[in-house]
Amino acid sequence: MFRFLLGKIAYLLPTFIGITVVAFGFVRVLPGDPVLLMAGERGLTAERHAQLSAQLGFDRPIWQQYLDFLVRLFHGDFGTSLVTKKPVLTEFFTLFPATLELSLCAILLATAIGLPLGIFAAIRRGSWFDQVSMSSALVGYSMPIFWWGLLLIIFFSGVLGWTPVSGRISLMFYFPTVTGFMLVDSLLSGQDGAFTSALSHLILPTIVLATIPMAVIARQARSAMLEVLGEDYVRTARAKGLSAYRVVGLHALRNALIPVITTIGLQVGTLMGGAILTETIFSWPGIGKAMVDSISRRDYPSVQGGLLIIAALVMTVNLLVDLLYGLINPRIRHR
Amino acid sequence: MTVTTTEIEPVAATGLRAQLSEFWHYFSVNKGAVIGLWVFVSLVLVALFAPLIAPHDPIEQVRDALLMPPAWAEKGDARFLLGTDAVGRDILSRLIFGARYSLFIGCVVVVVALSGGILIGLVAGFFGGWVDTVIMRVMDVILAFPSLLLALVLVAILGPGLTNAMIAIALVLQPHFARLTRAAVMGELPREYVMAARVAGAGKMRLMFRTILPNCLAPLIVQATLSFSGAILDAAALGFLGMGAQRPTPEWGTMLAEAREFILAAWWVVTFPGLAILITVLAINLMGDGLRDALDPKLKRS
Repeated sequence: MFRFLLGKIAYLLPTFIGITVVAFGFVRVLPGDPVLLMAGERGLTAERHAQLSAQLGFDRPIWQQYLDFLVRLFHGDFGTSLVTKKPVLTEFFTLFPATLELSLCAILLATAIGLPLGIFAAIRRGSWFDQVSMSSALVGYSMPIFWWGLLLIIFFSGVLGWTPVSGRISLMFYFPTVTGFMLVDSLLSGQDGAFTSALSHLILPTIVLATIPMAVIARQARSAMLEVLGEDYVRTARAKGLSAYRVVGLHALRNALIPVITTIGLQVGTLMGGAILTETIFSWPGIGKAMVDSISRRDYPSVQGGLLIIAALVMTVNLLVDLLYGLINPRIRHR
Repeated sequence: MTVTTTEIEPVAATGLRAQLSEFWHYFSVNKGAVIGLWVFVSLVLVALFAPLIAPHDPIEQVRDALLMPPAWAEKGDARFLLGTDAVGRDILSRLIFGARYSLFIGCVVVVVALSGGILIGLVAGFFGGWVDTVIMRVMDVILAFPSLLLALVLVAILGPGLTNAMIAIALVLQPHFARLTRAAVMGELPREYVMAARVAGAGKMRLMFRTILPNCLAPLIVQATLSFSGAILDAAALGFLGMGAQRPTPEWGTMLAEAREFILAAWWVVTFPGLAILITVLAINLMGDGLRDALDPKLKRS
């Protein structure tokens, strides 16, 4: 297992380095003077320009600039936001819990609905249930989620008035951040109605963000289950006269779940992409919305840092999924 | 020598016809795929004949008809079947012209990503060794970023606009084609017919493009279909975020961005552009499912 882990990490190392090269190169290929872009100042005198250029290291050879960049990364220095003047890493940690809370809720919802949907569709293959659920899955998979979010707002916030339009909690509540998860913090605060308010803010964004992963999981669960149901050992189990419940629950399900778990894990990238749109629609103060804002405000240090952190995060989660896959499926490990 | 070629040709023709009819047999079993195909064909027709079909000019602003509801609704106007937007443009006409943009985006992105990916994948799979390692590591780096995020950043570098959005999306989708091509090439390389062609003295170029490539096409076609719908979605998302097609282009995502502030006041300006995106993407994905069933021999039995 340890060798498997080392091998995986060795394989990913070049990609990690590649990500840093992309983030480093991003600022250099932007049209315009990188010194001006990264310093965020205009109308500089030649003196101030030279000073800033030296301060930001742009006067050194490009490979040295890259090494400096790497050294700073290892020291946890991801640059300073031009807009808030705070370190990018600090900004990230204040915003990330919001995205994490939303993503976790979304993937939980997607699994809780998608998985049983796919499994039952496979068991009742060709039935109306199969057809309806798989058609819905395809619609979900094809959904422009930014529009889907607007539709939900029109219906649930506009027509019915059930849910708020934006934000994480009603402005009438204020309590200290403990975990950064609004659901947990609102409970800890002990204020009446705070939790309900947080929950009602969370519902629509969660549905929107969960839509595509839900469809992917349902489709994957169905095909994995169908494949397993056709295997010899399932036929043997049936022939032995085991109840359908035991055949499906004990023999088929356990093996069908393996590829589905991987699929669920690999949705992290989809979630991050979806978070950009979902957070923008619902004014959800997470990293997805922050990235869009940083890009439109030309806050390039924040874009650079965010790009790096998000890619590293997605890769790490994918690595963990790989490891988990090795853990539950020993055949992979020993290959 | 000449005799053999004249003999082979008619056989090849019927072979192709037989292949096509076999393909249609498998494709048409999937009713969803056939429906998807019809919807797609009608969309293409709508896009082609947009100036003839559209009742109004897509950017003409009718000043006395701002935010008109659809014709069937209360206060609706028969002149504007799906209503008008905030500056009095006919939504139906904009949607009809928008079909041109979406299909055009899909075509361009897929052609660019497909040809780039095939080339890169062929080279990686055919030459192997360090060439392969370097190429595939670069593809891994591109795939490590969430595609929409990378496309956004690329557009930030290139500057907002439809062309740059298409370039960005093509670049982000391209590694999928490269990976597929590489895997297919590596599967075909050890086959006997490749060896035979090699022994017969076929050059590298001929081996790559004439011998191996045609046998790797099935998965690529399926991926191309999925990328087609993906490209339309991503371009609309970029338009929605203000980084794709710019106003007053009647691109569906851009229309949604313009409509956002009116969502609670005028549902129709939001509903119809999104519905158009959904229907288009859904039709293409339905087709893609059918194509996969028809082309992928591994799934044929199930």
